[in-house]
Amino acid sequence: MRVCPTQAIRIRNGKATILEEKCIDCGECITICPNEAIVALTDPLGERSKFKYTVAIPSPALYAQFGRSILPDKILTGLKKIGFDDAHDLAITCGDTSLAIEHFLDEYNGPKPLISNCCPSVVNLIQVRYPQLVDHIIPIKLPKRLAAKEIKEKKSKELGLKLDEIGTFYITPCPVKMIAIKQPSSEECYIDGVISIADIYAPLLSVLECEDEDDYRKSLESVCILGIGWAVAGGMHRTQKLKNILDVSGITEIIKTFDDIERGKLQNIDLVVAYTCPQGCVGGSLTVENRYISYNKIIQLLETLEEENIEACRDKREIRERYHQKYFHLQQKYEPRPIRALDEDLGKAIEKRNKKEKIYDSLPKIDCGICGAPTCLTFAEDVVRGDTRLSDCIFNVPSRFKELTGELSKLMDTFDSMRKDEGRKPGRERRRENL
Amino acid sequence: MVSRYDFSRTFEIKGRDFNKAGSISINIKEILKELGIDQGIVRRAAIASYEAEMNIVMYANKGEMTLRLNPEVIRITLEDEGPGIENIEIAMQEGYTTATDEIREMGFGAGMGLPNIKKNADIFELKSTVGKGTSYNIVFYLNSKGDV
Ligand SMILES: Nc1ncnc2c1ncn2[C@@H]1O[C@H](COP(=O)(O)OP(=O)(O)OP(=O)(O)O)[C@@H](O)[C@H]1O
Ligand SMILES: [Mg+2]
Repeated sequence: MRVCPTQAIRIRNGKATILEEKCIDCGECITICPNEAIVALTDPLGERSKFKYTVAIPSPALYAQFGRSILPDKILTGLKKIGFDDAHDLAITCGDTSLAIEHFLDEYNGPKPLISNCCPSVVNLIQVRYPQLVDHIIPIKLPKRLAAKEIKEKKSKELGLKLDEIGTFYITPCPVKMIAIKQPSSEECYIDGVISIADIYAPLLSVLECEDEDDYRKSLESVCILGIGWAVAGGMHRTQKLKNILDVSGITEIIKTFDDIERGKLQNIDLVVAYTCPQGCVGGSLTVENRYISYNKIIQLLETLEEENIEACRDKREIRERYHQKYFHLQQKYEPRPIRALDEDLGKAIEKRNKKEKIYDSLPKIDCGICGAPTCLTFAEDVVRGDTRLSDCIFNVPSRFKELTGELSKLMDTFDSMRKDEGRKPGRERRRENL
Repeated sequence: MVSRYDFSRTFEIKGRDFNKAGSISINIKEILKELGIDQGIVRRAAIASYEAEMNIVMYANKGEMTLRLNPEVIRITLEDEGPGIENIEIAMQEGYTTATDEIREMGFGAGMGLPNIKKNADIFELKSTVGKGTSYNIVFYLNSKGDV
């Protein structure tokens, strides 16, 4: 409950609930929850049977889950072995998007720094806690969405199938990507299902084979360096050779950085690339491998590719053309969804804020969490918002006592009147009750 | 200008405490957001209070920041015990600074703080007595500017 960076979790009636309006889907609670009480809803593999043709679209973070000799194309082959009709290398689309972002940065002259939208949880955080910064978010489409659309359109032409007969499945390192897909904004979404890396890990592992020497070289030459970088914090920075980028990961660090941006600092930075998971997507709560080890694997792969001068990205001219045709641009702007004020009316909000302070002063300030709120301060806020009662604090003895005695005397009153009523009831009924 | 304030809150600021520096303006920002104040005003108030807070941290021994408000106006006042400012007019100029090299190494000392407050606030008054201290009065109007 306390790990939640936006204080969105409450325990009500013995169960953890999440306040949707405050939740930024960062997955922090899933990583930490001891009872596995908080489970992200990922679609199981079974969903695939609904479609005539299925395509897996794995996050590049999947490539870091296995031994170092297992390169992306082996993993894509593995996905086909476990029942997908095809598997798409999302790193390539990430590479395209990297180039589009470079073009966007070149043209851009709005408020700085720009903030990457690659981590949906970061976008949520901005919408909820930093509504003033929504204009800083890069309005370029996410690779997985671009890929899903491209695949569906291409396959439907090739195979003569309808778009909805082709199922696209994103393989995700974190719960947020799922939620972001399940509740698409008005942008059309072509992703049909989401499967967590954790769910697919065991079946996939059992079909993977190590490469022999020749294969290894060939596989290596098919890896898009720009896209691989997306899996780790700092990866884009390193592969794109953009100078003025700030890499941030982990929710507390991100909050510090965004506080600075909101104060008007960091204007000399072109782009902030932030991931709420430490080390980037490889640190997602639905991954299997230790995040530092998988981070290292990605970095080592990048080193090898750099040494061998392998890029394997799509033709830059083609991307530039597409960029100018607005292929990468989001149609919709990001909208703020700021935290609800204490009251719509400022006068009343001030009143409630004062009351909150008074309540807070009367609390023990030990953040015991027994009331179901993560801190005494959030509890005080819940009370003035009318979401909970002051008597839910077990340390608030006087108010609890007053409430109990109140209930007791009410109970006595009803007893009294019941007894009187009983005296007046007709005899037959009374006898029945006595039986 | 006499106004009744429905809300008032005072925070202590310690000079040279760079660890906590900036935390009070964040506090103020959170309060304004909770109250549902217009996002643009929140941002301006956050910038102004941050610059003022940092100046106390950098130049004074200790000080206080008080946030007061009612449905018409936000007032942020700061009082410090410190060296004071000899020539306010000069201090208000863009680029003027007496920051030490050490402070500049931390990324401050561009001489933009006071001009920035002036740019963002509806009213900004600065008073100072050399050897004693400095006081800031920063006001934001919540409705249309004017008669408060
Ligand atoms: N509270 C204060 N006490 C003493 N001197 C102050 C105080 N506030 C400002 N000054 C003086 O005014 C000068 C200008 O302040 P200003 O905030 O504009 O710039 P700065 O603090 O030097 O740099 P920046 O704010 O850009 O980091 C300071 O260098 C300092 O000499
Ligand atoms: Mg300053």
